[in-house]
Amino acid sequence: MKIKITTKELKSDFAKEVKERSGIDVKKCYQCGKCTAGCPVAYEMDYMPNQIIRFVQLGLRHEALTSRTIWLCASCITCSTRCPKEVKIAELMDVLREMALEEGVANPKEKNITTFHKAFLNSVKKHGRISEFWMLSEYKRKRPKTALQDIEIGPQLMLKGKLSLTPHDIKGKKSIKRIFEKFK
Amino acid sequence: MSKKIGVFVCHCGTNISATVDVEKVAEEAKKNNPGVSYTTTYKYMCSDPGQKLLRDKIKEEGLDGVVVAACSPKMHEHTFRNASKKAGMNPYHVEISNLREQCSWVHPDKPTGTEKSIDLVRMMTEKTRKDKSLNPIKVPVTKRALVIGGGIAGIQAALDIADAGHEVVMVEREASIGGHMAQLSETFPTLDCSQCIMTPKMVELAQNENIKLYTWSEIEAVDGYLGNFDVKIRKKARSVDLDLCTGCSSCWQVCPSKKIKSEFDMKLGNRTAIYIPFPQAIPSKPVIDREHCLLFKDARKKNIPPNDSKVCRKCLDVCPIAPVKAIDYSQEDEIITEKIGAIVVATGYKELDDTSMYGEYGGGKYQDVITGLQFERLASASGPTEGEIQRPSDGKVPEIIVFIQCVGSRDPAKGCSYCSKTCCMYTAKHTMLYKHKVHDGHAYVFYIDIRCAGKDYEEFWLRAVEEEGATYLRGRVSRIYKKGDKLVVLGADTLTGSVVEIEADMVVLASAMKAQDDAEKFAQKLSIQYNKDKFFSEIHPKLKPVESSSAGIFLAGTCQGPKDIPETVAQAGAAASKVLALLSADELEREPVVAKVDRLPAPIFSTCIGCFYCKRVCPYGAIAEEDIKARDGSVIKTVARVNEGLCQGCGLCAATCRSKSVELAGFNDEQVYAEINSVEFS
Amino acid sequence: MTEETKKTKIGYYPGCAITKCSTSEEYGTSVLGVSRVIGPELVEIGDWNCCGASSAHATNHKLSTALSVRNISLAEKDGYDEVLAPCPMCSQRLIISQNDVHEDKKLREEVEDAIEMPVSSNVKVSNYLEIIKNYSMDEIAEKRKKKPEGLKVASYYGCLLLRPPKILKFDDPENPTTMDEIVAAIGAEAVDWEFKTNCCGGGFTLSRPNVVVKLTHDILEGAADAGANVIAVACPMCHANLDMRQKNIEKEYGRRFNIPIVYISELIGLALGLKPKDLGMDKHFIDTDFVVDAFSNIEE
Repeated sequence: MKIKITTKELKSDFAKEVKERSGIDVKKCYQCGKCTAGCPVAYEMDYMPNQIIRFVQLGLRHEALTSRTIWLCASCITCSTRCPKEVKIAELMDVLREMALEEGVANPKEKNITTFHKAFLNSVKKHGRISEFWMLSEYKRKRPKTALQDIEIGPQLMLKGKLSLTPHDIKGKKSIKRIFEKFK
Repeated sequence: MSKKIGVFVCHCGTNISATVDVEKVAEEAKKNNPGVSYTTTYKYMCSDPGQKLLRDKIKEEGLDGVVVAACSPKMHEHTFRNASKKAGMNPYHVEISNLREQCSWVHPDKPTGTEKSIDLVRMMTEKTRKDKSLNPIKVPVTKRALVIGGGIAGIQAALDIADAGHEVVMVEREASIGGHMAQLSETFPTLDCSQCIMTPKMVELAQNENIKLYTWSEIEAVDGYLGNFDVKIRKKARSVDLDLCTGCSSCWQVCPSKKIKSEFDMKLGNRTAIYIPFPQAIPSKPVIDREHCLLFKDARKKNIPPNDSKVCRKCLDVCPIAPVKAIDYSQEDEIITEKIGAIVVATGYKELDDTSMYGEYGGGKYQDVITGLQFERLASASGPTEGEIQRPSDGKVPEIIVFIQCVGSRDPAKGCSYCSKTCCMYTAKHTMLYKHKVHDGHAYVFYIDIRCAGKDYEEFWLRAVEEEGATYLRGRVSRIYKKGDKLVVLGADTLTGSVVEIEADMVVLASAMKAQDDAEKFAQKLSIQYNKDKFFSEIHPKLKPVESSSAGIFLAGTCQGPKDIPETVAQAGAAASKVLALLSADELEREPVVAKVDRLPAPIFSTCIGCFYCKRVCPYGAIAEEDIKARDGSVIKTVARVNEGLCQGCGLCAATCRSKSVELAGFNDEQVYAEINSVEFS
Repeated sequence: MTEETKKTKIGYYPGCAITKCSTSEEYGTSVLGVSRVIGPELVEIGDWNCCGASSAHATNHKLSTALSVRNISLAEKDGYDEVLAPCPMCSQRLIISQNDVHEDKKLREEVEDAIEMPVSSNVKVSNYLEIIKNYSMDEIAEKRKKKPEGLKVASYYGCLLLRPPKILKFDDPENPTTMDEIVAAIGAEAVDWEFKTNCCGGGFTLSRPNVVVKLTHDILEGAADAGANVIAVACPMCHANLDMRQKNIEKEYGRRFNIPIVYISELIGLALGLKPKDLGMDKHFIDTDFVVDAFSNIEE
């Protein structure tokens, strides 16, 4: 981790922008590290959760938004639950992910995760509900390297009648389309 | 009635003059305010030359009223009234116009500031015109002090006062004095044995002829006022006659209830039902714990007087005192009244021992997760393990101990935002005590910040790291869980950006110092103020650190906020010196700004209609009901009367009175209306 | 329980994962099966849509909010005061979204515009454990037919039922007991264990299976070491991760757990004497015969 902090970062409005978008005030964090201590996925992350907050506190936008950490957060909300200062850390990760996607800077190493989210939402957009089969095939198509992973599970699911080829379409698909249109 | 009033406008450096045209204010006052015969401005009115100017002009100009337009009256009203007194004027003809806090500091531009200042000065001039001479109220002083609480703070204060030759009454609610300090093993930063330095002081107190000690006693009520308190003390039934008992120990040796958790040992050791809390207890005489004693249990069950119960009675049988035994099952609570001049409150703190809000640390369900005071008892030679560090679950000597700082402190999510101040030091000490006893043991400390700011403190905690081998990890622990006979501690080290997982044998929580459970109730009993965390409030954090909000009641030790022993002792000494200053006078002078309920000739006697709304609103309990009697002794009417000793001049009664029978001296209706009417509303 | 509450009709929001022919259909089947015996009556709310799950809230807050809130508005339109969302992903998203629109007026207006319905703050969204605890504990005691033998159940709550606690307001976030109470009510033994609220890796099933394998290993190990021979869940994701990954775990860690993972609704159903097949006991990856067999004694 080689980061140089200059007045350019320190003067930036990153923390303010995060607060305006989400209501989360990172100033409240006193960096005790309890979020990191209890994070079940911390061992996989490039930066610890408390460091992500520190990035926001100090205006290190690039470091925060391009981190793998924000994608690896499993949204288990253990951090926010135990935070002594009641900083909503898990919710902060949501905002940072949203901003990373908007700015097109999401870390390519976690493409599996972003692709999964996209495939999932595409299915919702199309049918109003998840069609697990079609969602999975989109994901596997776009992440061919994962094609062989869990190869045995799909057929087993189908045998048990738990993976249907017929999508569950809702009647109000139009209304779902409208929601997706409004909140692109 | 035509007074000659002088107006003195202060620049307060530039504090006032930057936003207020002080010259114009003075000029306007002279030009437009009736009665003003002299005006001037001065850079610093509160300075020596400033006060001299005031004194000189009172004499030269023959002034009999003064308005000082300066800072808040809370700051310097006293100063200027004293100065005018020296110039031969009754000080209550001096009024302060607050041009700083209420004007220059809050308004940004000069025209507004100046205009408002002119108004403020005019108002005070009008009030001054109606000022009457007032004379200080003299109250006699009972030359005895009460010290509430027998921990190190109370002991120090009591000894200081007694050594100066005054009588002291000490009330301690436990069976022995000593408080938390008696529980500690060794003390930072010198590592001297706590009991070795505490016990001599306890003995000294017990032997001091000026000190009357009530243990197993609590404050029932405090009435009266500065110099003249009436204190009711509840002597709880001890079931042992302190005069007869010699503390021979026969009784507690035969007591069959041997498995009662000892409060003194923080529930890590046991005691009997008739017991002394610890071997060095003062008085070294037992008490019967009536909740657990078999005889009292039986009596309660059968609903008979305890003395009639036939169960056990072993302690009585074995008591060698004759002809009357020292043990008395029929003893009852006794209420004693003591006359007191000044009070020191030294009621101490309570360690956060209920960690149920820390579900992530097991919420109290793991035996081997202990608190700081429990560790003190484990490390103490007089403790349940005689000083050997053994974990409570199985008595094993822990090879790895994890210490967690800031448990219950700096944790607003758990309702406690403050720093307990002592834990950084005592945790460093704990690691040392542990390493001294278990040489190959490992001590890991999770901390957020290290706050060791006392004399020799920084060196002390660094010694724990550099010489004694404690490992400090910067991060709060998120979770403790049990795995086999180990406790897995999930923490972080933010300095390396890592998660830390330690399998420990024991965990010590540096638990917060909290206010006593009944602190709020107790404060209300004494009419003293407290903060959001229920610690008692001093009047001024810097300049009046040991004075409570009630005159004559002083604060010492941790009841006022978390602090360590050196600070506690220093504060106790300060409180004692304040008490001594009070007791050194035969009479006390009190501000005459007090309320008065009118008295008129017969047949009216008073316009008071006896509704006693005033009594309900008075925060100081200063209003009494007084019967006005005819010659034959029959009551004509009952009216309110203000106790001048208790009245603090807040004026609530005057504002509440429906029949306008209450007048606040120095702030009567005529004065206040004159002030208001002088404002020109545009 | 009064006659009044017995008759309560509750809006049923199954969510995608537990409907027929989906990966966790046995959860839905057993929830409905149990409700037919002990109530309360569940009626599916009309034309519900996916709540957006993690994928929506992780990438687009407003989209996530609107997708969730639409379902609550539909429920209100259908006249329900309370909605059961057995999938905790759904119940959590619905409750959080309801809370968010309540706290943020601007968001509320935007969402109302998008879903073309007023948002409702009157409908209470409940998870499955809440519904059982609030309506059916007495009924379970009354209508219990089979007494399980030798079942040592680790109640596993995971994340979404409990966190964020200030918004969900359900049970103790560090040491929840509702499911344990239900386990006790059906006559099985709930073991005390340390991993009740740990995360299983949730939505990383496909995108980060390595994370899931580690986290589920820790959970299975915790349950096994505490003496549990079955883990009860109330979440399709917890179920999928714990049930499907035991082979991978064995490969990775060399320990074969073979612990059946069952829905709490299935356990209730078995105790009520419902047919295992009707509860979807045959749909699991880890064989559940041991659990089914434990319920072979008819209660006196």
